[in-house]
Order: sequence, then C-alpha cells, then structure tokens
Amino acid sequence: MTATEKKVFARSPVLTPKMTHYCPGCGHGITHRLVAEAIEHYGIRQRAVCVAPVGCSVLAYKYIDIDMSEAAHGRAPAVATGIKRARPDLFVMTYQGDGDLAAIGTAEIVHAANRGENISVIFVNNAVYGMTGGQMAPTTILGQKTTTTPTGRASNEGPPIKVCEMLATMDGPSYIARVTVDKPAAVRKAKQAIITAFGRQLDGKGFSLVEVLSPCPTYWRLPPTKAIKRIEEWMVHTFPLGVYKDKEADNGKN
Amino acid sequence: MSGNDAVVEGAIRGGVDCYFGYPITPQNEIIAGMAARLPPLGRVFLQSESELAAISMVHGAAAAGKRAMTTSSSPGVSLMQEGISYIAGSQLPAVVVNVQRGGPGLGNIAPAQGDYYQATRGGGNGDYRTIVLAPDSAQEMHDFTIEAFELADKYRTPVVVLSDGRLGQMMEPVELTDLPAPKPVEKPWALTGAKDREPQVVCSLRLPVPDLAEHNRVLQKVYREIERVEQRAESYLTDDARLVFVAYGTCARLSREAVDLLRDDGLKAGLLRPITLWPFPNKKLLAATKKARTLLVSEMSYGQMVDDVRLAVEGRVPIEFLAYAGGEAPSVKELYALGRKLLKKPRKKHASKGKRR
Repeated sequence: MTATEKKVFARSPVLTPKMTHYCPGCGHGITHRLVAEAIEHYGIRQRAVCVAPVGCSVLAYKYIDIDMSEAAHGRAPAVATGIKRARPDLFVMTYQGDGDLAAIGTAEIVHAANRGENISVIFVNNAVYGMTGGQMAPTTILGQKTTTTPTGRASNEGPPIKVCEMLATMDGPSYIARVTVDKPAAVRKAKQAIITAFGRQLDGKGFSLVEVLSPCPTYWRLPPTKAIKRIEEWMVHTFPLGVYKDKEADNGKN
Repeated sequence: MSGNDAVVEGAIRGGVDCYFGYPITPQNEIIAGMAARLPPLGRVFLQSESELAAISMVHGAAAAGKRAMTTSSSPGVSLMQEGISYIAGSQLPAVVVNVQRGGPGLGNIAPAQGDYYQATRGGGNGDYRTIVLAPDSAQEMHDFTIEAFELADKYRTPVVVLSDGRLGQMMEPVELTDLPAPKPVEKPWALTGAKDREPQVVCSLRLPVPDLAEHNRVLQKVYREIERVEQRAESYLTDDARLVFVAYGTCARLSREAVDLLRDDGLKAGLLRPITLWPFPNKKLLAATKKARTLLVSEMSYGQMVDDVRLAVEGRVPIEFLAYAGGEAPSVKELYALGRKLLKKPRKKHASKGKRR
C-alpha cells in the first residue's frame, strides 16, 4: 500500500479464513460477514455466543469465529434463552433459517420474542429448504415450485408466513426489521439494521430480530445473477422491507 | 414435606443455577416451588412454552457452564427426549426429574413406572445412555437430586431421577442436610465468550464418518466406566433369602413390607432394590440372589425392569412377575400371599413365568 492508497475494506477478524460450503450466489456468506462486522463494531467478540440452527448454516461456527452452540431443529431461541439467563453478561444471538425459525421452531421464536428475551436473532429467509434439497418452506411464495410443491405452492398449503409482521404485533420485542442483501446499498442497510439489533441487546432493551431476504440460486433453479434480481422482482412484494417494530422510536413519539 | 417439595430443596442444596420447566401433573409442586425459592436466592427460574423448549433451555444453560435442570412427568418427558439426546451427544451435564404417571399417551395422572425403558435405554435418537436414579422416598427424592448434579458433572452426561406420582405427592419427614456449597467444577469446555482463548463449539454434530465414529467411542467409554463404578442397589435381608423380591421405587416399598411379614412367619424372604436403573446393578443382584430359589419382580408396568433382571440372572433362577398399570400397584397383602405360596412350594425346575392382570 502506497501513501496515496487508502484501505477501504478488510476481511473481518471475526470471520475465520475458511472458504464456506455455501453454493455460489447464496446470501449466507454476505450475512455471515455482516454479523461478524457488527460484532467487531461493538468489540464484543470475547463475550459473544451464537446458537447455530439446523439447516444450511448448521456449520456457521466454521466461519463466524466466536463461541457457538448447536441447537435441536427450531430450538435455537430456547437454547439462547438458556445461555442468556445463565450468563446475562454474554452477548447471545441465534442465526436461523426459515424452516428452522418459522416452521419447526415457531413456538420457540414466538415465545422468546414475547418474553422480550434479551437476545438477537438473525433470520435468513430464502423461501425454501436448502439443506434437505429444496422442499417447501413456511415462507415459500404462492406459486413457487419446490420439490414438495412441484406445481407451485397452492393456497391450501397456506400463504407464506410473515415473521416480522407477526412478531411485531407483540409487546415484547424491541426491534424488528426486514432487510435484504441483493445490492450494495441494501447490504449497507442490512448491516445498519444488524448493528441496531445488537445494540438493543447490549443496552438491555430486549429481543431484536433482523430478517434477511436471501437468494437461493440452487433451489430457485436460477443462475446467481438472475436469482439476486428475483429478490426485488418477486420476493419483496410478499415480504416488504422495513422496520416493523422499534420500541425506542415509538417511545420517542409517544 | 412431599417428595416433589423435597426435589426443590435437593436442587437448591445440589447447587442448581438454572431451572426451566413446563407445568404437568403430578409434579406441579416442583415448578411452583422452584418459582418461589430460586429467584430470592439469585438463581434462574423460567417457565417455558413447552417441554421441548424447557430441555433446550437446560441445554443452553448447561453449555454456558451452569448447573441446569428440568422436571416433568411422562408425556412431558417424552417431548424432552429430543433435547436429552442433544445434551448427551454434546457431552453436557444436566438433571431431569421424571415424576411418572400413567400412559400410554395422555394416560392419567396416577403413579406408574411405564417409562423405565425410555429412561434406561437413552430414550431419544442415537446410541447413548443416561444415568437413572430411582428414589423410593421423599428423602431420596431430595438426596438423589443433589447426587444427580454431582454425577452429571462428573461424567458430563444427563442424569434422570425416575420417580412416580405416589412418591412425588406423598408427605414424609425429610432430613434436609446442611451441605457445604458444592465445589465449583472446572468446565473449560463451557461457552463463556472467547476471552484469552480460541473460540469453542458445543455440539453433537460430527459430519465426517470417522469423527462421529470416534465421538461414539468416546461416549461408550464413559458409559462403560459408569457401568463399572456406579451400579447401586439396596439389599434387604437377602443373605439367606430363598425368595428375593426385586423392585424399585414405590414397588420396592411395598415389597419390603411383604418381606417383613414373611420374615415374621419365619420364611426366608429378602428384597433387592435397584437404585441405579442404568447402570442396572447386575453384580449386586447376583450377590443378593445366591441362595434364591425364586425371584419375585413387581412393577407398575407390564414388564420393563423385569427384562434387566432376566438378563442379569441369565435363566439361573425362575422369575415370577406381577404387572400393574394405569395407576394400580400391587398390595402388600398380595405380595405377601404370593411370596408365601412361592416359599412353601416344592422346588421345581422351570423357566420364568409371568402373571399378568
């Protein structure tokens, strides 16, 4: 680096140097990086514990270089609750996919949110089960083809579950936002939301959740360049971006 | 106090840091007792949304290095099997108290012993065991809860205290030991934040085949050690006994009374009461039945522990079996009458026979 060159980007030291196992064009890599950068932002790596889900990101502990626990499928918010209640001084987060959080783990996420449990949740929604090979997820969009909805998800299979909207009806959560990672500007907004969410826990304000709309080129059966465009063309209509609950802002207003 | 209250006092003396539970009869005195007793002591109490969540909260608190426990009754403990398997696979210590009730399914809220297989064979998926302690009094519900924490930490394994609704509800005097506070156990594997060390992971997942094969070998080595060291049973008047009752928990109390009545008649009866159901006390059973012509096994189930008795004696002694379910239990009178009949009967060579009612 010469005197005229300015370093504008470096890999977060909270990420391991390993190459991920994620498919080309998957959003997990970017989201992992944002989580790592937010941990770095607050300088909390030495007291951070993440609970990894069952799903594509089951091996997240290989890439995010902090203490990590496993959880049974869907139970990450309960495991995180156990860690946080046992050690309130730790920063505790879960990293969960849509099947984990919104199907098998619905009870755990709803009650952790309702308790205002002082944990942070990163919820990666790609509208499909990735690890098991592309089956219908609770967030699969009506008409979307998956291996278990070969002719497209029909209305009698239920419309997609909108997690942010559902959890925002409760008094417990402090901060709930939906973001995406399809463009550099969106990635920056996503990082800001994750930083806000983590800050709520550090300030003792209670439950925070950031839903990240993420492309799955493999099971959307699209090349990565087309998959990333589908988020704007197709996914945000069902899952509008934005802040769904912000107790601090609400407190300011009221 | 009741056996359920005794669990609360035992847990406190055993150094419980975190309790997570979901209401279910006949163990609700425990969750209410924990709610009343733990927060003033600065310890964690949380009512969970389900037994699935309760055991996962135990999983989390144990991973963070704390003494964590939950309690439930049969249908609730079935739901916990998922988490118990993960805890065993992750080599975490935890305590689970099962105040058994009638089954299958919702069954009823009366005492039963139908969860013996589930408790002693692991209960969830995969090849693991949990230490199982079987109290037969409110005092032992207290004492074994304390001991369960010690064993859990010693072997980094879940420990089950297998009680039943009768023992849980029954009021008895309990001596509350004034134990010194448990010594803190070194838990270098605990998730405490990667301060001055490399980040670490608590998990049961081992995707590469050689890794999971090795992990299972490690677990099995621990189980063999537990089997070698921790077999426990109470032998009551077995030295010269021609008839040895074999029973645990509530059935052991009833059998002991029958033994006393038979001894009053001058008949040589004794009782072998397994205290650890896993590891099953094979050695103690063999020692206690050296002179036995017959074993009389009774259970509030249609034959679960009796299989372990059969495996232990390997056909050397005929076994009579009395089975009950749905909240019924043998009466002392019935045990005494059958014992008397067996002791007066001329010796015959035959294999084990069952009486089912």
